[in-house]
Amino acid sequence: MDAPGTVSNPLRVAVVGAGPSGFYAAEALLKSGQTVRVDMIERLPAPYGLVRYGVAPDHPKLKEAILVYAVIARLPHFSLLGNVAVGRDVSVEELRAHYHGVIFACGAETDRRLGIPGEDLPGSHTATEFVAWYNGHPDYRERSFDLSAEVAAIVGQGNVAADVCRILAKSVDELKATDIAEHALDALAESRVREIHVIGRRGAAQAKFTNKELKELGELPSCDAIVDPQDMELNAESIAELEVKSNFVSVKNVEIFRALAARGPTGKPRRIIFHFLQSPVKITGTARMEQLVLARNRLEGAPLQQVARETGETDLLRCGLLFRSIGYSGVPIPGVPFDVRRGVFPTQEGRIVDGGGAVVPGLYAAGWIKRGPTGIIGTNRADSIATVKSLLADLPHLAPETKAGAEVLGPLLAARGVRVISVDDWLKIDTAEVARGQPRGKPREKFTRVAEMLQCLGAS
Amino acid sequence: MTTIVTDNCKGCRFTDCVTVCPVACFHADDNMLYIDNLVCIQCSACIPVCPVHAIYADDDIPEDKRNWIDINAERSQALPTISDKQDPLPGAEERKTALGF
Repeated sequence: MDAPGTVSNPLRVAVVGAGPSGFYAAEALLKSGQTVRVDMIERLPAPYGLVRYGVAPDHPKLKEAILVYAVIARLPHFSLLGNVAVGRDVSVEELRAHYHGVIFACGAETDRRLGIPGEDLPGSHTATEFVAWYNGHPDYRERSFDLSAEVAAIVGQGNVAADVCRILAKSVDELKATDIAEHALDALAESRVREIHVIGRRGAAQAKFTNKELKELGELPSCDAIVDPQDMELNAESIAELEVKSNFVSVKNVEIFRALAARGPTGKPRRIIFHFLQSPVKITGTARMEQLVLARNRLEGAPLQQVARETGETDLLRCGLLFRSIGYSGVPIPGVPFDVRRGVFPTQEGRIVDGGGAVVPGLYAAGWIKRGPTGIIGTNRADSIATVKSLLADLPHLAPETKAGAEVLGPLLAARGVRVISVDDWLKIDTAEVARGQPRGKPREKFTRVAEMLQCLGAS
Repeated sequence: MTTIVTDNCKGCRFTDCVTVCPVACFHADDNMLYIDNLVCIQCSACIPVCPVHAIYADDDIPEDKRNWIDINAERSQALPTISDKQDPLPGAEERKTALGF
């Protein structure tokens, strides 16, 4: 028997998850020079993961990464098995039986918790829920957000916080020509939110926004961005950080914050208010959240290693709506080791390892489920390439027998009543969405329920 | 919207940018890299990873480097795509130090 990767024994790999890391892994495999078959298994009928359901609708250019994935999806020897959930429709054990290798690229699907009292009061939400909801993710279709409060708060100062902030800060007229979900646009039309507090535990010099996202918050047509000039009096260590030439992103951020502090309010109908050196410690309210208790922080430690420490003083912020955006965590899948503390599948060079650090043969991970939720879309490319490199190096040690992949898995899933979505099926759904969007002047109107997507394919 | 590589890349070519580009829009000659803005999705992932801050976008492009907009447009069309990280040019580390990074 020839080793996997040859004409008589093609390397069969299942890639779990159709987001950026999954596609970059598929591309690396298909361009490796080995004889290989890649089956991409995706829980939803629609591919593209966080580019479709995470990237904000008012950033259409960023969504063009999809064009690259659409080309990969048309490469020979690539198959999509959409609408198939690993752990529900098919087990990890079955995947291991039908594939030489399985690469998990299923992302970090849930939010980290603040772990403070009142976190689950109505009105307190995770940023993930809101982002998935306005992007039309089927899992979040039935959520509702009470936008009747005038004051909202966002905990976190990274790009997800910036996205949530913009969606709350923009008028419906500014959003109606995007691919934002119709149900979200309707709800936002009724929004009474006028004041959005964006809260960071460290200072202006440590905010995680990219320059571009921060600048955008300061240039919204119908919303002011307000920074208290006192917050721009930085401690000596932060000033030292800004002297470090490689820290140019923070230098620019501070420059933008200083300009906002100098400008002050200009009388626009909505306001973003930046808070620094504050951490939420308690959410209070009776029927729903009414107040956020914020601890004041000071910075401790050497430049570029400063951490926030509570001073013992607190401030109160009356607000009826809160979004926590402090990072994501992966979700376990039965049959795969899981690191609960980090919220990832534990790996060594992309190979999944068990609790004792021993490699589980044939199982790999790429993207956020491997390294945690860091970096942006393109960061996953290098990450997936590295994982595929490990898999290819393991070829001599992988199960030597031939594997049938989708040829067996397809009929198995059909017998279980699963309507598997192929690339051609997806293209029909895609075309229908674009057509639905056209009369509304939108690039597409997404189907926001799985049943609607399947319905659009007819009874086949 | 425009994102460009400027002269700090010349003689360094660390190519960290290439590993984070979601759409493979970098092109290279023997000296430096160039961005094809017809392909670039303006995600700005490459800007913070450049060890010598050679990459700028839009109104952050310094006045004295705006000539690189045309150079990127022309050179990217004439050169092959680079989509994998390569070793920096000899002397890149010394040049990085000399540039103050």
